[in-house]
Amino acid sequence: MQNLGINVFLKGRNMIRLFEGLMVTARIALIAIIIGSLLGIVLGVVWTSKSKWIRSVCRIYLEMFRIIPILVWLFIMYFGVTTVLNIDLSGEFVSIIVFTLWGAAEMGDIVRGALESLPKHQIESGKAIGLSFWGLYRYILIPQAVRRMLPGAINLATRMVKTTSLVVLIGVIDVIKVGQQIIETSRIEVPTASFWVYGFLFILYFVICYPLSVLSRRLENKWNG
Amino acid sequence: MHKEANEVLLEIKGLFKKYDDMTVLDDVNLSINKGEVVVILGPSGCGKSTLLRCLNGLEKIQGGDIRYRNKSLVDKDVNWQEIRQHIGMVFQNYELFSHMTVIENILLGPVKVQKRDKNEVMEQANQLLDRVGLLDRKDSYPRQLSGGQKQRIAIVRALCMNPEIMLFDEVTASLDPEMVREVLDVILGLAKQGMTMLIVTHELSFARAVADKIVFIDKGKICEISDPDEFFTHPKTERAQHFLNKFQY
Ligand SMILES: Nc1ncnc2c1ncn2[C@@H]1O[C@H](COP(=O)(O)OP(=O)(O)OP(=O)(O)O)[C@@H](O)[C@H]1O
Ligand SMILES: [Mg+2]
Repeated sequence: MQNLGINVFLKGRNMIRLFEGLMVTARIALIAIIIGSLLGIVLGVVWTSKSKWIRSVCRIYLEMFRIIPILVWLFIMYFGVTTVLNIDLSGEFVSIIVFTLWGAAEMGDIVRGALESLPKHQIESGKAIGLSFWGLYRYILIPQAVRRMLPGAINLATRMVKTTSLVVLIGVIDVIKVGQQIIETSRIEVPTASFWVYGFLFILYFVICYPLSVLSRRLENKWNG
Repeated sequence: MHKEANEVLLEIKGLFKKYDDMTVLDDVNLSINKGEVVVILGPSGCGKSTLLRCLNGLEKIQGGDIRYRNKSLVDKDVNWQEIRQHIGMVFQNYELFSHMTVIENILLGPVKVQKRDKNEVMEQANQLLDRVGLLDRKDSYPRQLSGGQKQRIAIVRALCMNPEIMLFDEVTASLDPEMVREVLDVILGLAKQGMTMLIVTHELSFARAVADKIVFIDKGKICEISDPDEFFTHPKTERAQHFLNKFQY
């Protein structure tokens, strides 16, 4: 029986169910990363404002996501807010909201950091060769800011993908939940199912996140070196 | 070195500059002829950098007039993007654009701002790079170059715009001593070719060698304008005397 453990994937609709679970995970992560990044860019530009008041509001917003664990945010939004407002939201929808807000906060900080770290001298050298305001942004500031924030942004994306594993706790059937269900139902026939299923999940997360983390390290070496 | 026809390129009249309440430049008057090399000396904080920055529109002035080819640069409608193509500037901190190669740094201004033909600019860039001995580094990134090399590239970048005047602000001040020479040699070469230059430096023997005219500034005021030999042997003012003494051990 031992050597047939891997067959657990071929039984019934198991493969399709895992794939559906993966789609749920991917949907949450992808939507949150895209919308979160766009909101984050706006937030980051606003954050560089000279107004102390605006800066504090941005800072408090970020700290709320740094101090309070994402799991607690999921519980607050899923159980707390839906009860208080007496509305019915799906776990997946709540997950997307929480991950988007979190992504926006972290992305905002990354964009702010990139913009503020650009040396003043680069701007003056640009002016000294006659560049206009838009020329400065187009040829100097934007290319340099993107280089500075891309490694951090990719890193954030991998963290968000990994953290989606929490959504199972508010009832979302993601790829991990599907895996657990498969282990449960095949426990008698395939005692080694947990090894195969968790091994599969391990490889799955690795395949998604590792290339991203390699890419971010490469870019970092290339541009900061 | 060159005493050419007395065509005035740049004229500064009663220039007055303040930061908040602090007066940094006070009634500065100076004129620079075509082909002339003017060296500005003075103690730290006396306003040398500020003066150069005003000439290039990087600082607003609070009084007086700056005229380039008899056109005032204090009018509201001055097109600094245009003026800066004629008045090149090189800074102390050799700021090459860090995300571009040497040749991309050099081509940016001539091709994107001046809209010149890329091949023509490339040819000029190659000649200039060859002259400063860095033709083989044209595809390097700034981080792969030494300070002295970066500073020579920064000079080439400014020259490639075909400016009529060059402003140098302590271009050797952040270099290791053994690299100072290679940069000063480039500037000496420019002087020989008759480039009009306004140079701020702390290298006194270089100043004496390159200058047609020494301008000594103290506390935001011009104290003395002299012939270089005269300045270094018989400074007219006590302050200049005091300044020169500090450089002798
Ligand atoms: N952006 C600024 N805001 C306020 N004060 C300034 C600013 N830039 C320069 N200053 C002041 O103006 C004065 C002249 O500065 P400047 O940099 O022109 O001196 P400098 O002669 O170039 O000195 P150094 O030889 O040290 O380079 C100094 O007292 C300096 O502190
Ligand atoms: Mg200075």
